[in-house]
Amino acid sequence: MENIEKFKLPEITLFTYDKKRKHEFFLEHMLELFEHHCQYSAEFKMMMSSISYQKKNIKSVEDFPFIPVRLFKIFELASVPRDQVLKTMKSSGTTGQNFSKIFLDKQTSLLQTRILTKIVSSFLGSTRVPMMIIDCESTVKNRNQFSARSAGITGFSLFASKRVFVLNEDMSLNEQVVKQFLEDNKSKTIFIFGFTFIVYQHFYRELLNSLQKFDLSNSVLIHGGGWKKLVSEAVDNVTFKAQLNSICGLRRVHDYYGMVEQTGTIHMECENGYLHTSEYSDIFIRNSNDFSVSRHGEEGIIQLLSLLPISYPGQSILTEDLGTIFGEDDCKCGRKGKYFKINGRLKNAELRGCSDTYGESFRRN
Amino acid sequence: MEKVLEEIDFLVGDKFDTVYLLNQHSFDVFSDVTLSFLSDISKQLINSPFVRNYPDVATFAFYCRYANLKVIKMNYTSDIKLMIGRGILFHIAPGNVPVNFAYSLLAGLLTGNINIVRVPSNNFEQISIIVNAINKVLTLEKYKLFFSNRLFLVKYNRESNATAFFSKICDIRIIWGGNQTIDDIRKFPISPKSTEITFSDRYSIAIINADFYLKIKDKSKVAMDFYNDTFLFDQNACTSPQTIYWKGSIDEIRDAQEIFWKNLHLILAEKKYELQPISAVDKLTMFYTQAISYGDIEIEPRMSNLIWRIKNNSIHRDIDLYKCNSGYFNEVVISSLDEMTQVISRKYQTIGYLGFPKEELQIWIKNNKLLGVDRVVPLGRTMDFSLIWDGYDLVNILSRKIIIY
Repeated sequence: MENIEKFKLPEITLFTYDKKRKHEFFLEHMLELFEHHCQYSAEFKMMMSSISYQKKNIKSVEDFPFIPVRLFKIFELASVPRDQVLKTMKSSGTTGQNFSKIFLDKQTSLLQTRILTKIVSSFLGSTRVPMMIIDCESTVKNRNQFSARSAGITGFSLFASKRVFVLNEDMSLNEQVVKQFLEDNKSKTIFIFGFTFIVYQHFYRELLNSLQKFDLSNSVLIHGGGWKKLVSEAVDNVTFKAQLNSICGLRRVHDYYGMVEQTGTIHMECENGYLHTSEYSDIFIRNSNDFSVSRHGEEGIIQLLSLLPISYPGQSILTEDLGTIFGEDDCKCGRKGKYFKINGRLKNAELRGCSDTYGESFRRN
Repeated sequence: MEKVLEEIDFLVGDKFDTVYLLNQHSFDVFSDVTLSFLSDISKQLINSPFVRNYPDVATFAFYCRYANLKVIKMNYTSDIKLMIGRGILFHIAPGNVPVNFAYSLLAGLLTGNINIVRVPSNNFEQISIIVNAINKVLTLEKYKLFFSNRLFLVKYNRESNATAFFSKICDIRIIWGGNQTIDDIRKFPISPKSTEITFSDRYSIAIINADFYLKIKDKSKVAMDFYNDTFLFDQNACTSPQTIYWKGSIDEIRDAQEIFWKNLHLILAEKKYELQPISAVDKLTMFYTQAISYGDIEIEPRMSNLIWRIKNNSIHRDIDLYKCNSGYFNEVVISSLDEMTQVISRKYQTIGYLGFPKEELQIWIKNNKLLGVDRVVPLGRTMDFSLIWDGYDLVNILSRKIIIY
């Protein structure tokens, strides 16, 4: 209970803090979070003492250490007693051998919902809207297993006045359901949600081969989950939007970038195609040669910081994604904060020497 | 002709005739024709314009010189009167060491065997250089009769039945690891009379006498040697030292470490060693994994991500679990070799040493009957090939001794 008082994050009109104010705000809260995790996670404490972390050496947000996301696959990292864990989120590992496990207590879970709502409604508006989910219902039915996909759907359902799943169990598109839903909600803005690859494969592709024409020019699509599976199809963000627009008139399409390790503080794509940090998150691009901070415009490894992880030490993580920050506070969309793009994942190592150096537990998904 | 042969790409040797091969006789160990064949390959390689770009090919060529082979033969002569090849060898070379296949083949040829070598599927330039040299020498009339039907370098897909096929007909199967490859290949049976040699994942270390190091004039040479032991193969060869045990007083060691790593940095800059971005993340992940497991390690200050040094404040017996690559070094301070004895498990292969008299090493190993360690080699030479590898005497193992009473 003491925690809840300590981590009371203020209500902020999002995307309004300029660089200086954001830094002050973020530094203060991040210092508290580091102290909290050093106190309550034995593993985190050991990591910090191995690099001689000291509060007094942190002068700026970029001075905070970061831990690689892969550690959440190797260890069960939590900063609350196990009996306070409300639910355990699991990453959708592609090969399924090693999942990230993220332990959420009530406080963190509520906080995630609160901030996610704030961020998304700043794009979608604060009234609830009819929601069309490009997925099948069974994805969310198994409540014991929180995958990133089911968590995404459940999380975004907060914005729904009513919702419908438009894929059949075999992932084929149920055109009849789409048609009915559009008729029932004529003249309303419809919120379409789905994972990038699923939207492309099971929605766009099926519409392409269908005689049925739908008009979605009054809808908003929010999608996420990454482009990895679409790289082989040579589909990038621009192509994705253009193709969807041509097939059903969709104009408002927002990608989002988030990690299961930092649920809540997602980064939404603005009208100009850039992902944005909010007041509750921050990003640095790290140079792999020495982990120094790269300049704007330079590509490097993405470090993400979030003020939400309280029940597990995920407040400062090094991802395995490559990205570029393009600027801060001056995106043409008018939002304050850093704006950036993702350029894909780090390549697997091609090493000389003998084979099989990694233990199973160390293998990347 | 077997259908499986259609799945195989023969880089060397084209007329694969199983029945013919099974009836072929072995040669004597170190036969004159073999020595001359190998030394002609060596000459061919040394004269190749490409070889200067590939020190690993040059080293192989140097090893195959007639003079060197003659010396090796001399060291065996007393025993080899009635030693001939075992028959058909099936070598499975590791996928990411370009020249290893050639050494495996060398051992097979020297012992008079028929050789089928699966080379790495990666298109290493080194492989083409060596393959071309062999093919060129094979066109010489004097070798055609002897080698053209008993030497095969092959490539095939993972899904191919070729591994099963070759396993069935070979007398010895040689698998150069890792462990996963060995497990996979062992699913294919070899015949009851056949045997197998496996080179599994190993762990290697270095021991440095700080006082001795401080007195060496040419520190740069030591750094170059250590570079060859480690970074030359991304610190990912079985022989590459992972942990450095420093012997001496605290002050000596501190001074020695500072100079040692600074010099290595200079070499890395000179060689323009490029760290792959994911390797930086791997090091950080491994370091924190180790930090959580041990609780008493510290990262040493570093200039970049090229060299990560992990200070161990106590001796950990399972330190081989915390092995990374591309410049991740555990360091341990000891005051005598005996402190290391308990650490050395079966997995240990090579110790690279600097500043220890041979007698001291001999006494230490003899007195303690170490569970592991097959090679103790001066720093800078951990990668050197020897016909005794992983504790196996390849000449003995790949040949048959016939006794007449």
